[in-house]
Amino acid sequence: MPLLAALVPALKRSEKVVLPLSVLSAAVVFSLVVIATIDVLTLGGVVAIPHWIELDGFGALLELLISFVGMTAALYSWGDLGFGRGTPGQVRGYAANFNLFVMSMLAIPLTVEPGLAWIAVGLTTLFSVLLVSYENTHDALEAAWKYATLTLVGSAVAVLGFLVLFWAMRTAGGDDFTWRGLAAIASHLPPALVTVAFAFILIGLGTKTGLVPLHTWLPDAHSQAPSPVCALLSGVETSTALYVILRLVPVFRSANTLHVNAWLLIVGFISLGTAAFLLLQAQDYKRLFAFSTVEHMGIVLVAVGMGTALASYGAAWQLATHALAKSLCFYASGAALAAFGTRMIANTGDLVGRSRIAAVALFIGVLAIAGAPPFAVFLSEFAIARAAFTASQSFVGLMLIFFIGIAFFGLFGRAIRVIFGPPPAAVHSADQAHSVNVPMVTAIVIAMVPVVLFGVWIPEPLARLFELSSRALQ
Amino acid sequence: MTHPLVLPTALQLQLNELIIGLFLLTGFGMTVARQIQATLFGFIAQSLLLAASAFVLGVHPVSPHLLALAAVTLVSKPILIPFVLQRLVPREVYSKRELTQRVSITTSLMIALALAVAAYFFALPLLRSGAPLVSVGNVAIGFAGLFVGLYQVAARNEAVAQLLGILAMENGAFLAAIAIAPDFPLIAELAIAFDVPLLALIVGLLTRALHEYVGSTDVGTLVSLREDAGH
Repeated sequence: MPLLAALVPALKRSEKVVLPLSVLSAAVVFSLVVIATIDVLTLGGVVAIPHWIELDGFGALLELLISFVGMTAALYSWGDLGFGRGTPGQVRGYAANFNLFVMSMLAIPLTVEPGLAWIAVGLTTLFSVLLVSYENTHDALEAAWKYATLTLVGSAVAVLGFLVLFWAMRTAGGDDFTWRGLAAIASHLPPALVTVAFAFILIGLGTKTGLVPLHTWLPDAHSQAPSPVCALLSGVETSTALYVILRLVPVFRSANTLHVNAWLLIVGFISLGTAAFLLLQAQDYKRLFAFSTVEHMGIVLVAVGMGTALASYGAAWQLATHALAKSLCFYASGAALAAFGTRMIANTGDLVGRSRIAAVALFIGVLAIAGAPPFAVFLSEFAIARAAFTASQSFVGLMLIFFIGIAFFGLFGRAIRVIFGPPPAAVHSADQAHSVNVPMVTAIVIAMVPVVLFGVWIPEPLARLFELSSRALQ
Repeated sequence: MTHPLVLPTALQLQLNELIIGLFLLTGFGMTVARQIQATLFGFIAQSLLLAASAFVLGVHPVSPHLLALAAVTLVSKPILIPFVLQRLVPREVYSKRELTQRVSITTSLMIALALAVAAYFFALPLLRSGAPLVSVGNVAIGFAGLFVGLYQVAARNEAVAQLLGILAMENGAFLAAIAIAPDFPLIAELAIAFDVPLLALIVGLLTRALHEYVGSTDVGTLVSLREDAGH
């Protein structure tokens, strides 16, 4: 565990230095997380400071995802912004914010104290706002402003939720304000207070997760930011906010009179359904993937809302496959953006003829994120649907398959247009300065490995992590 | 159980009631002030009142948590945040009169009042089911502060006014915290001392970038990112 504590300085150190060092630092952090995960698997959990900094299976899963995407994103950033493409000041600012952003995300699963988790979630917003506005264009600034105000408003709503939860704990005579301590006394918490806490926390953090109808900032921020930042925002940042909600689900569930599962199903289906139909009419391929994030957050909530162990297992699995596939999608769209110089689907086409690697990456990415076999997301979505039918929640299962099907057509149809469609009439001059280079290709290839690999084979330790996560959700 | 046997004196409670009453008034003031500078003054006054409430309830019986809360609030909100904002955001923004408010001042005031009344009824069932508190008013007015701050974010068009609305929401949350979670471990202090100035810094930087690249801090006019917009 001391190794995990070393995470923070490891990231701090790279703060002032340039992009290659961020890559190195991210790789070191990833190896540390792998070591810590092995510790978690053998010891069942690691404790640094009891009641404050602890890591269990569910947390370790998130840490693995964040550090993996953090690593590929650092690599891609190096290719995207290094090599004299930004002014020194810009690059320094980017690197500092990038590492602080990754650090704040890594801090969330490490803490078992809801208040600290709330601070960490707030920090992820603050450190990523200037990454979203990096390009300083009208659109990027507008996206950053919406992102900042909406998620910070959400954060202020959530803190009152946590405060009311603390009050509820005191009323029930509790003394241990941690996920575990709260779950232990959950059935004694006064229902009125728990209901308000649940509503405030779901609304507050749901804003950050991108749950419909609080998602309006998400497609803007997740499409205007530089591609590696999109990968982090979409792939893992939304998941970390969702993680905090999910951590409290067992608490809310055992408190009386609150139909948490039903609420999660409703909220999940609203997000999933809305996103599925929005996917059909997206005009911009980066927004396409942003809506797909809303869709996937909905799927995870639905899975958790089913309430069975099998479904929770699927939810944890889905969080993992989404993070891996979504980061690949954004690297691929970054490469496509480099080839076309535009994000509008109508002005693109024949990506194969322009950039082979971008076409391959986008093709695999889209198939994977849309849930086609033999990729990782297919298996996790299949597991969730199967869990629904096993628990005789066939209606939920059918709805799930219906919306995922619609989303599939939306994503696949649009991407086919980009990859194989007729070449654009008005040819944008492909920005030579932003052609795909070695670090970018390496990032794409590394990101592709788990997406393909986990579609055919799940390593034993990973399956153990899903199982531990599923237990944390019960 | 967690509440000490020594209770605050009647004088403390009366003083606190006066303070939180003024707190609510500053919330209304911030929402309807036209000039950004006036909104900022409203925020400074509100933060001072937040610190005062924590101080008055924290001196007897002595609560280190509340006194610490009062101290960090005093340093960070009325001093650090205006300093950061004045440094980052161009001066002309403050003297600007926001004539493009989405809702007229009278209507705004009525809506803010309605929200405060709603917050009172919202807080009532909570007060009935939670453990007894030293100051009931802090909860109701805290919720009211949060709602009125939210309304300010929604109704104002100027970047700085929206930012101050978010900070007013946090003020409301922490005013409630004084009563419902006086021993909330470290978090409130940490958040106010570190998180909140950082928030002002980052959003201030963003506002400056808006001023520089977009040419306006009227964020209400930022509507180009839409599904149907061909940008």
